[in-house]
Amino acid sequence: MNMSGIIIETLQVVLLIGLAPAFTGWVRMLKCWSQGRTSASLFQPYRDLAKLFSKDVVLAENASWIFRFTPYLIFGTVVLAGGIIPMLSTDLPLSPTADVIVLVALFAIARFFTALAGMDIGTAFGGMGSSREMMIASLAEPAMLMAIFTVSLTNKSTSLARIVEVIFSGQSVLKPSLAFAFLAFVLIVLTETGRVPVDNPATHLELTMIHEAMILEYSGRHLALIEWAAMMKLFVFMALGAALFAPWGIASANTPQTIPMAFVYLLLKIGASGVVLVLIETGLAKMRLFRLTEFLGSAFLMATLGMLSFFILE
Amino acid sequence: MVVTPIDMASASIILLLVMVVGVALLRNRQNLLIQTSFSLSAAASLLSAVAGAWTVGSGRTEKMILMIGLPDLPFHLRLDPLAGFFLSVVGLLAFFVSVYSIGYVKGFLGRRSVTRLIVFYCLFIAGMFMVILADDALFFLISWEAMAAASYFLVMFEDENAENRRAAFLYMVVAHVGAVAILLSFGVMAGLAAGFDNFSGFTFDAMRQARFPVEWATVAFLLAFFGFAAKAGVVPLHVWLPEAHPVAPSNVSALMSGVMLKTAIYGIIRVTFDIIKIFPWWWGSIVLTLGLVSAVMGVLYAMMEGDIKRLLAYSSVENIGIIMVGIGLAMIFSSFKMPVLAALSLTASLYHVMNHAMFKGILFMGAGAVLHATHERNMEEMGGLIHRMPWTAVLFLVGCISISALPPFNGFVSEWLTFQAFLLSPSLPIPLMKLLMPLGAALLALTGALAAATFVKAFGVTFLGHWRGSRRTHIREVDWTMRSGMTLAALACLFLGIMPAFFIDWMDILAEQLVGAKLSVSATAGGWMWLTPVAPERASYSGIIVFFGVLIVYGIVYFILHVNPGKIHRGPIWDCGFGKLTNRMQYNAASFSMPIRRIFGFLFKIKEEVSLAPQSAHPAFPKKLHYHLKVRDRFWNWIYKPVAEASFWFSRKVGMLQQGRIQTYLIYSFVTIIVLLLFVK
Amino acid sequence: MDLQTAAQINSFLAAFVLLTAFGMLVQKRIYSLIHLFTWQGLFLSVNTAIVGYVAGRHHLYISSILTLSLKVILLPYILHALIVRLKIRKEVETVVNIPMTMLIGIALVIFSYYLTAPVREISTLITRSTLAVALATVMIGLLMMITRKHAVTQIIGFLAMENGLFFAATSATYGMPLVVELGVALDILIAAFIFGIFFFHIHTTFDSLDVEHMARLKEED
Repeated sequence: MNMSGIIIETLQVVLLIGLAPAFTGWVRMLKCWSQGRTSASLFQPYRDLAKLFSKDVVLAENASWIFRFTPYLIFGTVVLAGGIIPMLSTDLPLSPTADVIVLVALFAIARFFTALAGMDIGTAFGGMGSSREMMIASLAEPAMLMAIFTVSLTNKSTSLARIVEVIFSGQSVLKPSLAFAFLAFVLIVLTETGRVPVDNPATHLELTMIHEAMILEYSGRHLALIEWAAMMKLFVFMALGAALFAPWGIASANTPQTIPMAFVYLLLKIGASGVVLVLIETGLAKMRLFRLTEFLGSAFLMATLGMLSFFILE
Repeated sequence: MVVTPIDMASASIILLLVMVVGVALLRNRQNLLIQTSFSLSAAASLLSAVAGAWTVGSGRTEKMILMIGLPDLPFHLRLDPLAGFFLSVVGLLAFFVSVYSIGYVKGFLGRRSVTRLIVFYCLFIAGMFMVILADDALFFLISWEAMAAASYFLVMFEDENAENRRAAFLYMVVAHVGAVAILLSFGVMAGLAAGFDNFSGFTFDAMRQARFPVEWATVAFLLAFFGFAAKAGVVPLHVWLPEAHPVAPSNVSALMSGVMLKTAIYGIIRVTFDIIKIFPWWWGSIVLTLGLVSAVMGVLYAMMEGDIKRLLAYSSVENIGIIMVGIGLAMIFSSFKMPVLAALSLTASLYHVMNHAMFKGILFMGAGAVLHATHERNMEEMGGLIHRMPWTAVLFLVGCISISALPPFNGFVSEWLTFQAFLLSPSLPIPLMKLLMPLGAALLALTGALAAATFVKAFGVTFLGHWRGSRRTHIREVDWTMRSGMTLAALACLFLGIMPAFFIDWMDILAEQLVGAKLSVSATAGGWMWLTPVAPERASYSGIIVFFGVLIVYGIVYFILHVNPGKIHRGPIWDCGFGKLTNRMQYNAASFSMPIRRIFGFLFKIKEEVSLAPQSAHPAFPKKLHYHLKVRDRFWNWIYKPVAEASFWFSRKVGMLQQGRIQTYLIYSFVTIIVLLLFVK
Repeated sequence: MDLQTAAQINSFLAAFVLLTAFGMLVQKRIYSLIHLFTWQGLFLSVNTAIVGYVAGRHHLYISSILTLSLKVILLPYILHALIVRLKIRKEVETVVNIPMTMLIGIALVIFSYYLTAPVREISTLITRSTLAVALATVMIGLLMMITRKHAVTQIIGFLAMENGLFFAATSATYGMPLVVELGVALDILIAAFIFGIFFFHIHTTFDSLDVEHMARLKEED
């Protein structure tokens, strides 16, 4: 374990925590523009968070420790995930902690506790959100694993740092299997981060809520942590996509020359991914809950076609 | 004299068997009886667990021959690392459950005598130890039957309910059909090993030395697999599990589900990897396919259940499926001479054996604690128990997280290792298998995610929200013995989760002996903190860093926010301005599983009735609504009903022979003698 | 363009053909279905041209242009016109639910891979690996005809099957003789016209293009 690794690691986590709200602000801005509305500033999410942190907490009478424990846990898992994904450099001390499968499972534990927190108060909304969230997660999981499988076929590894290095070394050029896996990954990211065709982060309409329904009872600093974690989760998934499918720019050694370049590349890639996200979200309408089987079925199909085309065509 | 593991194991069995007889002495002082007998059974179990762990650690094999049993057929005992591993799993859980039982069984005091429970409890544990130690077909089957009979009486313990008697009967039938298949399988192998005209082939040693022709080996394997699968509850032979496990006392359910099913797994591994050794790859694909079917069907049925113990029983079907997937993969890899991958799959599977014993133990003990406190098994009548039973809630939660395969607890480690084995399947030489294997991995992922949904439901409906029941019972936390039994199992879950490299190093000898490759060289290459199944650059996982990493971030954030904390106001739940919310407005077990029921509904036989009664003035505002939901196993109608009807039909036909006249019976005997004489002419 | 690049482009196009085949299998909207069909035709035509260039078979250019004009321009136009004339705006109904159809489709791909494995072993063409995709496209077209109720989707399924056959011919033997191809193209054209006439008749008889209505045509007993 070297000193520079630890510095980069810290830098990366700080970047994640600091930049995630700006990314969410960026996505909201793009969305406003694309729909012909005037947008709030890029820094509005920071103000929202600051406001929430300064407010008192209102808890339901029968809220148990699970309800109060969950926001911190979600925050913790996402920050840890941010330390594992190679955003700036592949030479991270935390990187061997988890491969892609563990990373997915890290998000799963945050989801598990969010769902429990939704049921803790005993309102109908909370239970509804939990039930739907777990249903969607269980359909997304096979597609996610299949996409990972396809990526690991080409790179012979599920470790993120290794995948990035293999793509650099030129062993894996553009391949149909990776293209399919990428399409599947996009659909899964929309699902996991609760974006438009699956869930709508901007609505509190009772029949369509999923993630918002679970956290409806939260307030004050608890809500702030959850919101912040959700922003970071979006950022992390974008960074994960960048690492798996477009790792160009990520430094393989921690030198003072490469890291600033990596940082610029990261900003460009994340910014571009925000544009893609907004294009998708503007082009699609929120789906009915039971149409989601078809949506996630397509994700599974893409991932499987990727796997099949690896064996058939490559 | 030097004490060896096998001495310790036999001492523990003898202690348990002595207790079976000696319980009668104390039967008039029930309270004292409970305390002494369960303390002793805890000690005996711990002794066996230590013996088993020691054997695995040292890697030595010991044998013992007891000159009892039939003339010329002495009992052979053998404690090798495989047996040692299972002995330690069974012993450890039996130890936890025995501690727990001290408090749990007291709940029966004043209602019924517990003497019978204790007698069969001790016999049951002794039976499992003997099955594992047995090294010949005779002793194995005797122990197997002792275990089955003891558990039958335990299921029958509260025999005033017709439900319990029916469940016990069903269990007995399936257990016996399975036992017959195992007997036949041993018969085939013994006959091939030493000829059908003498008994010398009945020891496992003789069978190990034999080389079986592939077709006879297949017959033996299929029979043994059928027999053991019936005991393990592999779909479609699982129907007895959700009937028998819920009605047994909860400490017994914990043992039945946690470790008795594992003796069947032990049997499969013993027969395939140790006795037959060389087999074609398609055996493995049968095991793998049935494992996947069991995993998916088991978890879906569990999701549909509203009875907490039935839910857990179905979830055992799921976990047995996951274990079978690992064994199937190991068999496939091993038949293609890929020992490292076989070692990986087998280790994953055995690790899951250990994990499932621990977390299913906690979950059944927790369900027992809830039952003990509320006298209720139906989750629709529970809720909010986290406030009344904080300890049980935390421990049950640990079980739920572990079984849902979430890091950093133990369930995740074995599932992750199984995934890694799947990810390496493209190196198989058969093209079609390369394409089909990933779909198996996808099914396993589906299982894991559905398990998480199931256990969110189990924990959320039971422990969170408000009390849903109509009657308000006085609920209290259970006593310290029950809590400590569960706490020990929860600690085991945590350690198995964050220190996998240590345990894999310990049990590596099994893979080396059974499939001929060690995993520890690669699996622990990155040091004790990291688990790297094949190579560090292929994949790595560190449970301990995940655990402490999340805790540290948690601590920092908590500290920063509590330097100057805002106030916390407690208030009533927001009711959207519509008047008071009632407990009936919460999501319950049936409504939680509704989306999944709708998507996977075609796999079940669902009867759903909604009736609006009595009809009010306007159809949009009914006064009262009845909702009735019945989800049934389709396998019951597909397989069991035809078999049951056929056997009834057959017995009616045979029943016609019964005339009630003594002369007719004499004619039957006479004809039989004549026919036999013709044959031996 | 060297062989390596050509093979890579070829396999990419094959992947796209497979993707559009699956897209058609699961697409519910009839206009999108026609668009997907058009894309499939385009991929096919480009692929034929590339194979023709690499293999030096210049008659494949003619096939390519034929495909382009027929399957990318003419047939979609006819189908479009039909839909406008018959005022079909509804979503297409399926017999089997869509996730199940996808799983059957995946099984068909695996099956065709299994079937064509021996050919892969002996063939030396650069396009040999796309044969499995071609066979899968044929089967998926047939599956589409089975799982859909609407007459227009059935003809699209039929045309997709033909696409698959054409693709198979290109990848297995670098295309059929030109005469055969011209004949097939003519057949397709005529088939499309006949289908069109039938649609009008079905539509005027039943006021719908749902082929389930044709069950009424059987004799009552």
